[in-house]
Amino acid sequence: MTLQTNLDHIETENQYNDILSNNENVMICCGRMGPMCVPVYADMETLRDEYPNVKFYDMLFDIPDAQVIRNLPECVGFMGLPFTVYYKNGKVVKATSSIQMREQITAVLDEYFSE
Amino acid sequence: MGNLYDVIILGGGPAGLTAGIYLSRAKIKTLIVNEGIIGGQMSLTHEIANYPGIESLSGYMLSVNMQKQAESFGCKIISNVKITKYNLKNDIKSITVNEKEEYKSKAVIIASGGKSRELGVLGEKEFAGRGVSYCATCDGDFFQDKEIIVVGGGNSALEEAVALTQYASKVTVVHEFGYFQAYKHAIEQATNHPKIDFILNSTVSAFYGSQSLEKVTVKNLKTGEEKDINIDGVFIFIGYIPKTEPFAEILSLNEGGEIIIDKNMMTDISGVFAAGDCITKRFRQITTAVADGTVAALNAIEFIQK
Repeated sequence: MTLQTNLDHIETENQYNDILSNNENVMICCGRMGPMCVPVYADMETLRDEYPNVKFYDMLFDIPDAQVIRNLPECVGFMGLPFTVYYKNGKVVKATSSIQMREQITAVLDEYFSE
Repeated sequence: MGNLYDVIILGGGPAGLTAGIYLSRAKIKTLIVNEGIIGGQMSLTHEIANYPGIESLSGYMLSVNMQKQAESFGCKIISNVKITKYNLKNDIKSITVNEKEEYKSKAVIIASGGKSRELGVLGEKEFAGRGVSYCATCDGDFFQDKEIIVVGGGNSALEEAVALTQYASKVTVVHEFGYFQAYKHAIEQATNHPKIDFILNSTVSAFYGSQSLEKVTVKNLKTGEEKDINIDGVFIFIGYIPKTEPFAEILSLNEGGEIIIDKNMMTDISGVFAAGDCITKRFRQITTAVADGTVAALNAIEFIQK
């Protein structure tokens, strides 16, 4: 099961591990098709062109393999969708809970992924 | 001239989307610029059951339908952006988005809506998304079998308190007055619900926890007495304030920060109209916002075709 977005979807834990192993900069938004999540997906879609050095993915919060996001230590205490996680060389550098404005997202991308 | 429009609508709630539908359908080149979520406060409502023609629908789906309808007529919508500059006084109005893109138009409709009022107390911002929420639809299921507090005593608070009982083991409504400012049916539903308790004449005065919310202080507003309550989550529904701060130096606002308009929904700047929850009015409903958006759009059409 995937989200109805134009982003690339992560559906399995194996796929998640492959992506993190093979990409330096990764942003994953794990959520549902809800009002706090959809604006983040929409921003990610438009940010792909602005940040070609970053890989953008989404993941449906309710599939079993999404436990790789749900159970991250950095997401402990999160009680608002989406869970958005930023990875550098496979390591979590930032995680946020609930909706983020475009400028909040780009601030993280600029801080951790600027070339 | 790709960024020149006939009308720019500031806001993508029911008023703005309705104006977008009417304008685009009339072949008026229209842009909606929305700073938050499409649908605004409407999108956060668990169930809408009083919108004519729709027996029951989530606020989110009604928002999506309105957005699709506007886009189907050619309305362009950009959302979740920051408007960083307004120039509304000249004949050609302009706004700047994210300090980069400038958009111009002959007329502007401000439909900026309102935003959730915050308590403004210790820990509230720190625990947002970590136990403090303003959206039952979005975050309710994180509180399965947990004890939560709902702050507020209006329709939203009582209706969402009832909705949250499908997840929470217990809901305590904390309200600043000794009575509710809600419709009778909402009060009856909440007060008759076996999972809902009430602490009246009180407010939440502080939030505490480590990784997530663990405890709040509840203050009795009559006696001043404070007590700590262990709690997993707090949903805050204490009304809305108009999102009109950017216009305070540009337009006439009343003491409540609402935009003052004339009978044609025009502000005191020629060609700048306003609609929805940001204007001076008594009743704030989706239906009234839709009506405002319609009237503002029709007047904007007349204005630019003069």
